[in-house]
Amino acid sequence: MPVMTYREALRTAMAEEMERDETVVQLGEDIGVYGGTHLVTDGLLDRFGPKRVIDTPIAEGGFTGAAIGMAMMGLKPVVEMMTWNFSFLAADQIIQNAAKLRYFSGGQVSVPLVIRGPNGGGVQLSAQHTHSLEGFYGHFPGLKVVSPVTPADAKGMMLSAIRDPDPVIFLEAGALYGTKGEVPAGDAKVPFGTARVAREGSDITLIAYGRQVNLLLRVAEKLAKEEQVQAEVIDLRSIRPFDEATILASVRKTNRAVVVQEQWRWYSVASEVAAIIQEQAFDDLDAPVERVSGEEVPAPYARNLEVAAFPSEQQIVDAVHRALYRGA
Amino acid sequence: MASSVSGTRLDNATALGWYRQIVMIRLFEEAAQRAFRQGKIGGYLHVYSGQEAVATGFLDAFRDGDKMLTAYRDHAHALILSDDPNAVMAELFGRGTGLVKGKGGSMHLFDAAHGMLGGYGIVGGHIPLGVGIAYALRYQQTDGIVHVYLGDGAIHNAAFHEAANLAGLWGREGLNPTLFILENNQYGMGTSVERATAMTDLGAKFDSYGIEHEKVDGMDLEAVLECAHRVTQRVRETGKPYAVEAMTYRLVPHGAGDFLERYRSKDEVRQWRERDPIGLVERKLLEAGVVDEQRLGEIRDEAKRIVDEAVRFADESPEPPLSELHTDVYADTAG
Ligand SMILES: Cc1ncc(C[n+]2csc(CCOP(=O)(O)OP(=O)(O)O)c2C)c(N)n1
Ligand SMILES: [Mg+2]
Repeated sequence: MPVMTYREALRTAMAEEMERDETVVQLGEDIGVYGGTHLVTDGLLDRFGPKRVIDTPIAEGGFTGAAIGMAMMGLKPVVEMMTWNFSFLAADQIIQNAAKLRYFSGGQVSVPLVIRGPNGGGVQLSAQHTHSLEGFYGHFPGLKVVSPVTPADAKGMMLSAIRDPDPVIFLEAGALYGTKGEVPAGDAKVPFGTARVAREGSDITLIAYGRQVNLLLRVAEKLAKEEQVQAEVIDLRSIRPFDEATILASVRKTNRAVVVQEQWRWYSVASEVAAIIQEQAFDDLDAPVERVSGEEVPAPYARNLEVAAFPSEQQIVDAVHRALYRGA
Repeated sequence: MASSVSGTRLDNATALGWYRQIVMIRLFEEAAQRAFRQGKIGGYLHVYSGQEAVATGFLDAFRDGDKMLTAYRDHAHALILSDDPNAVMAELFGRGTGLVKGKGGSMHLFDAAHGMLGGYGIVGGHIPLGVGIAYALRYQQTDGIVHVYLGDGAIHNAAFHEAANLAGLWGREGLNPTLFILENNQYGMGTSVERATAMTDLGAKFDSYGIEHEKVDGMDLEAVLECAHRVTQRVRETGKPYAVEAMTYRLVPHGAGDFLERYRSKDEVRQWRERDPIGLVERKLLEAGVVDEQRLGEIRDEAKRIVDEAVRFADESPEPPLSELHTDVYADTAG
C-alpha cells in the first residue's frame, strides 16, 4: 500500500474527485497561488486552473455563502477554512443556510458542500486560534461532522464527503498534517457513521477522535505493559452521524469506558457519548463513564499552561484507574 | 509613549529619538525571529519589518487618554505605547513577566494603562470594538480618540464594512473619533490587493460610509508624522472618523514560520528594500547635517543594547505559575 502524509492523503482524494467529477471546485484563502497555508491544496491550481481553484479574499461569510449557492446549483464546492477558528465568521451561513436549506425548502434544494480545515490546538496559538468545534457543529441537525485521524481515513472520508449530498464539516487534525501512514490506492471510501476499533482489548474501552486517538493508543500500550490492563481504543471518526453499535458492543465486552476529548466538557461530544452509553448499556456498566476534557478556560499561550489545558496521559491513566476501582 | 520631539521634521537633533525607536523596533523584530527559529517563541509570530514608520509616526501623535487597537502584527505598537521592551519580549517567550502574563502571546499584546487595547488574531474582528470605544470616549465626555489599525486584507471583511458604516453614522453627531489607519502593505498573506478586489483604491472604500480619507507614504517617517499630527487633531476636534491609507510594504514573509513566497518576486522585495523606512530616515538626517555616520552607529548600538537586554530578561524570566491557567476567565477569577 502506498505510504503518504495526512496532508497528501487529503490532496489525493480531492484531486481524484476533481479528475472524476468536474462539478467539484475548491474555494478558500490562499489555496492557489500561495499553495495553501498548510499546503493541503498545493499543486491543485496548476492542475485544474483558476476557475476550479478559487483564491478568495478574507471574507469567510461571503465565500462560504457563495459556495452554498454553488452547491444549490449542483456544483460540489470544497471550501477551505484556513483554520476552523475563522468559521465563526461563516457560522451564520453554515448553520442558517447550509444545514437547513433542504428542510425549509421542503426537500427542493440540496447543499452538497464540504467545508474543511485544521481543527484543534496544541501549537501555542492561544485563545482566538485554538478551538475544537466537533460539539459546536455536531449540535446542528442537517450537518454531518467528521474528524479523521489516520491518513487512510483522511482520504477515505474526504471521498465520502465530496460525494455526500449534504453539507459536511470536515475537521482535520491540524497538528498531524505531516504524519505518515498507509493509504489504499483508488476508490477506498470510508463511509460516515462507522467508528474504528484502533486497538482491541477486553478490560476497558477508551473512546476519542482526532489527535486524542493517538494519545489513547500510547496510554493503552503503557497500561498493557505496566499494569496488564488491555484497553480497547475506539476512534469515533464520525461525530454525526454517530456509530452507536461499535461503542455499545465494546462496552458490553469491557463494562467500563473513558471518553477523551480536547474540547471543553460542558455540552460536548464526550457528554453525549457518556449519555448514550448509560442509556443503552446501563446494565453492562461496572463503573460510571469517565470523561477527560480540556480545562474550562480559553486556550493560553505559554507552553506550560497550554500543556496543562489539554488532556494528558496521566489524566487518562487516572480516569482508567477510577473506572477500574484501582487506587490512585 | 509619544516622544518629546517637537514638530514633525527630521532636520534637528531631537529627531534622533525617532531614529532610535525605529531602529529598536527593527532589531526587536529580528531578535524575535531568531528566538522563534530557536524554538523559544511558539505559535504564530508576525513581525513588522518594513512598516515601522507607520506606527512610529502615528503613535507620535498619540496622547494620554487615547486608545489604540490593531491586529496580530502588534509588537511595534506595544513597544511604543508600553515603553517596556522587556515585558513585550517576555510575552513572546510566554513568560509570567510578559505584558499579559504569558497568556496571550505575540498576537494579543495589551497595555490598557497606556491605551493599548489589543492585539487581535481574527482578521477584522477588532474594528467594531474600536468604533464602540470611540463612542464611549465621547459619551464619557473626554477628548480622546481611537487609532484603529487594519491591514489591506481586512478591508474585505464584513466586520470592517459594518463598523465603518456605524462610525460614519455616529460621527455625524460628533460621536465617533475613530482614526482608521489602513496599513496597505500590498498583501494579505499571499493575496495581493489586485487579487482581492476589483476596486483597488482601498481608501475609497471609506467613501461609502461618509468617511473622509487620504493617502500617505508609509515608508517615509517624515510624511507620516506630518499627516499623523494633522489628522489626529482633526479627529479630536470634530469627533468624526477619518481614514488614512498608509502605503507600506512587509519586507519579510507573512509569518516567521513561512518561507515560501511564491506570490511575489525577489526583485519586488529588493526594490522595496531601497525604500526601507530606516534607510530613508538615515538619509534625511545625514542630508540635513544633523548627524554623521558615527553618531548613527552609536544610536544603533544603544538600540541593540535595549533589545539584547529584552531577550536576556525574557529568557531568564520564569514561566507563568500553573495557577494562572484558571485566573481571568471571569471577574471573580481575576489573577
Ligand atoms: C477571519 C480570519 N481569516 C483568516 C485569518 C488568517 N490570516 C491571518 S493574517 C491574514 C492576512 C491578513 O492580511 P492583512 O489584513 O493585509 O494584514 P497583514 O498581515 O498584511 O498585516 C490571514 C488571512 C485570520 N486570522 N482571521
Ligand atoms: Mg496586508
